[in-house]
Amino acid sequence: MTILISKDTRFIVQGITGREAVNLTRENLDYGAVIVGGVTPGRAGRDIYGVPVYDSVRDIVAKHGRVEGSIISVPPGFTRDAAFEALENGVRLIVIVTENIPRKEVAQMVELAALRGARIIGPNCLGIISPGEAKMGGVGGPAANTRQAYSKGPIGVMSRSGGMTTEIASTLTAAGLGQSTCVSIGGDAIVGTTYAELMPLYEADPETQAIAIYSEPGGRMEAELAEWVVQNRSRLPIVAFMAGRFMDEMKGMRFGHAGTIVEGVEDTTAEKIARMEAAGISVAERIEEIPTLIRRRLAQNGGR
Amino acid sequence: MRFYEYESKALFAMRGLPLAKSRVAINAGEARAAAIAIGGSVVLKSQVLSGGRMKAGAVKFADTPDQAAAHFDAILPILVNGQRARSVLVEEKSPIAQEYFVSVTWDGRAKKPVVLFSDMGGIDIEEVALKHPEHVSKTHFSTILPLSPRIAKEAVGAVGVSGNDLNRLTPIVFELIQLFLDYDLTLAEINPLARLEDGRFIVLDGHVDLEAEARGKHAALLAELGIGDDETRQARPPTAFEIAGRKVNEADHRGVAGNVVEFDGNLGLVIGAGGGSLTLFDAVRKHGGRPANYCEIGGNPSVKKACLLTKLILAKPGVEKIAVMMNVVSNTRVDIVARGVIKGCIESGKDPAQVISIFRIPGAWEDEGFQILAKYGVEYCDRSVSMYDAAGRAVAKLGAQV
Repeated sequence: MTILISKDTRFIVQGITGREAVNLTRENLDYGAVIVGGVTPGRAGRDIYGVPVYDSVRDIVAKHGRVEGSIISVPPGFTRDAAFEALENGVRLIVIVTENIPRKEVAQMVELAALRGARIIGPNCLGIISPGEAKMGGVGGPAANTRQAYSKGPIGVMSRSGGMTTEIASTLTAAGLGQSTCVSIGGDAIVGTTYAELMPLYEADPETQAIAIYSEPGGRMEAELAEWVVQNRSRLPIVAFMAGRFMDEMKGMRFGHAGTIVEGVEDTTAEKIARMEAAGISVAERIEEIPTLIRRRLAQNGGR
Repeated sequence: MRFYEYESKALFAMRGLPLAKSRVAINAGEARAAAIAIGGSVVLKSQVLSGGRMKAGAVKFADTPDQAAAHFDAILPILVNGQRARSVLVEEKSPIAQEYFVSVTWDGRAKKPVVLFSDMGGIDIEEVALKHPEHVSKTHFSTILPLSPRIAKEAVGAVGVSGNDLNRLTPIVFELIQLFLDYDLTLAEINPLARLEDGRFIVLDGHVDLEAEARGKHAALLAELGIGDDETRQARPPTAFEIAGRKVNEADHRGVAGNVVEFDGNLGLVIGAGGGSLTLFDAVRKHGGRPANYCEIGGNPSVKKACLLTKLILAKPGVEKIAVMMNVVSNTRVDIVARGVIKGCIESGKDPAQVISIFRIPGAWEDEGFQILAKYGVEYCDRSVSMYDAAGRAVAKLGAQV
């Protein structure tokens, strides 16, 4: 089993004629994705690697029936409109690749998604991959590169960094630990889906046996995860890697992603590490320690 | 990006929020003139992008124009949390009966904006929330429903404020909520919001933070307030090196080669991407290395941008070698970065084999990239060498040279 997506997930690409979207479409098709159509207003009738282009999501739905997911890759000024369009046409899983979207617009998209019972991954993310099954987004890049880094297996990966999603998967793969589903959740201060919000999905997935996460300074997402793990007595051992430790002494300076800034004590890596460790989450100092820590935790769990 | 108090108040004034009379002074003469124009007792406040002014002695009261001039000279040189004052705000002294606190900000967990209100203003709100939680209200509100004043009324009423005070505070808080959303702020804070002895309310101190992503959208406001493009308004002003780094990134629209932050070490870092840079910077420090800079390569930057970034870093005084490192890349092309970095070394008059301590960028087009590096005799490694170990090799090379 996988979470969020499967081999059969029918999705679309909004902004499909853009340079990055064209690459992403090809990469996803090469990995076996079912892309039923793409949207670029005024470009109806064209095709991108065989995917028909339409003026609107409504036109795709009229022609091809219900669409489950959408990748949005449009400029920041058009993203909210694209997300609203997808949501109001019945799309329930939206991956937003676009970065530099002001928080207000992110909050608006997330709020409407919640009202519609839909889920947003991102913004500022590379999407979702269930190795050997399906991919939705730019994560891993071209299919050949994706196959080299990602392999099927029992580890769920969640990451605030798209690139580090692949670095961690590649490290796990090299150590003989495959991945169930990896989610690049996005690097902004507000994201559609947090670690804690994905946990119930991993809990319910019999294939997932452990979780690896990549985290950074800024925000309350790690504290939220720590609380969730304790409150729900999670069956899944979690190993976290914390980057940006140097930022603890650099209050008010933004590094890396839009959401990566130390403004208060709770934003620091020291505080986050303390909270996660108190909740039983193992924190790795280096990426290459992740496989060893996961194996140790799995052994302690009696190899469940 | 944070606004100074006087800029925040200019924005508040545009929206009709009640303020005391004030003037900005950049020398003692102007402070004296301001005190005369305002008349009566005044307060002088250092204009810095930091809290803690009172504690630092950078806020003083003056009863006469001469005293105001003297206080100006005393306040201006004071560093508040390492921040230099830009100017001094001279403001009418107000007879205060009670102080309140109100701020509007984003709650990343609720994914909604939230109003924080307290009837114990003037002091650190986090402390109040800890010791007197019943005196702080938190009211989340929708970003898609039409805004309505009841949000403000509920925020104020939740700490027990009623009667005339409730009806006078509600429109002020509601205005702050609207201003927060209209200008894409990440923080709009008034502390203290004071009730005067005659029952009126005024904004005594406050500041706002504008979201960096929304800068372009609010260019007209920034121009009106006189905030320049080079002002990043982070914890410290940008250095010349950092401004030059931004120009590199603006060389063309392809990919990112920027976000340069200056440090004072000897190892130049050409690193990426967002998360990879944070990881690598930590790794270099953990090995005892001294980074000369932080930076980020992301997306698929052109050869030109990678070259310009390399030249900028190599030209920085004290830089002995550079390390070129990223996480496993999928969109960035290894060969293009390799070409750009080697070009940058050569154009700086350096031998790439000598000056590049390690090249660790595995991923898309790596075979082509490694071929180029081999041709120039540059030490490189693939993903079998961890980011941590690659950083270690770079640091070790510098150690051997010294």
